[in-house]
Amino acid sequence: MSGLKLPIYLDNSATTPTDPRVVEAMIPYFYEKMGNAASRNHPFGWVAEEAVDYAREQIAQLIGASSSKEIIFTSGATEADNLALKGVAEMYARRGNHIITVKTEHKAILDTCKQLEKQGCTVSYLEVGSDGLITPEQVREAMTDKTILVSVMMVNNELGVRQPIEEIAKVAHEGGALFMSDATQAVGKIPVDVEAMGIDLMAFTAHKMYGPKGVGALYVRRKRPRVKVTAQMDGGGHERGMRSGTLNVPGIVGFGKAAELARLEMDEESKRLRYLRDKLENELMQMEETYLNGHPEHRVPHISNISFKYVEGEGLMMGFNQEIAVSSGSACTSASLEPSYVLIALGLDDELAHSSLRFSLGRFTTEEQIDYAIEKVRNAVNRMRDLSPLWEMYKEGIDVSTVEWAEH
Amino acid sequence: MAYSEKVLDHYNNPRNVGTLDKGSKNVGTGLVGAPECGDVMRLQIEVEETTGLIKDAKFKTFGCGSAIASSSLATEWLKGKTVDEAIGIDNMDIVEELELPPVKIHCSVLAEDAIKAAINDYRVKQGLEPIVQEHSIVH
Repeated sequence: MSGLKLPIYLDNSATTPTDPRVVEAMIPYFYEKMGNAASRNHPFGWVAEEAVDYAREQIAQLIGASSSKEIIFTSGATEADNLALKGVAEMYARRGNHIITVKTEHKAILDTCKQLEKQGCTVSYLEVGSDGLITPEQVREAMTDKTILVSVMMVNNELGVRQPIEEIAKVAHEGGALFMSDATQAVGKIPVDVEAMGIDLMAFTAHKMYGPKGVGALYVRRKRPRVKVTAQMDGGGHERGMRSGTLNVPGIVGFGKAAELARLEMDEESKRLRYLRDKLENELMQMEETYLNGHPEHRVPHISNISFKYVEGEGLMMGFNQEIAVSSGSACTSASLEPSYVLIALGLDDELAHSSLRFSLGRFTTEEQIDYAIEKVRNAVNRMRDLSPLWEMYKEGIDVSTVEWAEH
Repeated sequence: MAYSEKVLDHYNNPRNVGTLDKGSKNVGTGLVGAPECGDVMRLQIEVEETTGLIKDAKFKTFGCGSAIASSSLATEWLKGKTVDEAIGIDNMDIVEELELPPVKIHCSVLAEDAIKAAINDYRVKQGLEPIVQEHSIVH
């Protein structure tokens, strides 16, 4: 391998590198154009405000919002998720206290829901099928006259599967509830149109789409219906009173630029990533006892989650993590030894869940890197299987699931 | 999380990987852990009948790098010891040698369990009472 720079980054679902064009757009806003966007009476403030408004437009365009005023800047998607859920629960408390969400949501949603349960809300956590998807019928069945919000993530961060958002939104609205989506892994990667999809609130972040870390947004619909959320921080009343705090102007400028680049380059980029992802996946899946996790079609083009049966994910990763960065579905580093709750929710055996790796490709992934990764991962899997007593048992025809394991 | 040099060394060059004949009277096999917990160790000893010395030890492990290193190290330590000496191997010795962080202590416990399980299997085959397992921590 000539000139291949190591390590190779295949963990773009965790975060993406900031595009150099984004960095370039941000730089003036650190020093020369350093104003506070809320300073109304001098040019420093006007320049900053103008830059923020422009970014708001760029972001609104990417997601098909009818007005840039519907974009509320936050510190990231976690804050946007919190603001949406807690803000709606508080604002619409008189109308009801029931929220519907899904078991495979990000912790920013699940833990926020748990917090709301302590405060008197009731939350229904829908089960997913073995493909990681829910059906609109499940939502319909869970609806009650107290349901104020249905919150379903657009694309799952571990699997890359895309939920049937449009149909789910329709069901939510028929039942008189608002529809919220955590679209962190979707915006900038696949076409998102809040109008066509019927989304009332949507959380997303810059650093998953080649923008900087530390800046995200909550889309809050202003028309049909006009949605309001109760602010969760007290202060200067920025962002139409919904999110106080001085705006992160350079971050927002970068977010805007990243949104514009994504809008212009998404078609080409997703074709290229799909080709690379499919190549990686097809090559690795040629090995025995490998399983793709999540629906094979209803998913984003850059994520692949594969279980390599009879090898443990963390041990496997150690075989190449100096050269290739990926994520493991096994959380062995936490003393709990718990595998990914998302994979368990699919009904996967704990054993297969412990054996999974998530590959997520990005704008700067090259074919040479993918070829290298295929070779490295394949070798590591083979090496770990040679070390695995379970693989030996499997090869001897013993069904590992029928073995009685000692209490551990 | 960074691994210690010793863990990396055992992971990259595991000692004594393999399988002994578990049907043999002189071979004791310990299989501990569970796939759903994310680690399974199989440790085997072959005992020289006349001297009571462990002349060979082999392992196979499904687990993280620290689990692999713990079992690899255990086989190194077992070879050349008598069965009675081997019973004395403590998981904390493994922790110290491999510089395992607190979240990986369970790997060493599993290795100690595997040693004891292999010795017990051997003892039962020899018509002896199994020794009582003493767990150093609950896991």
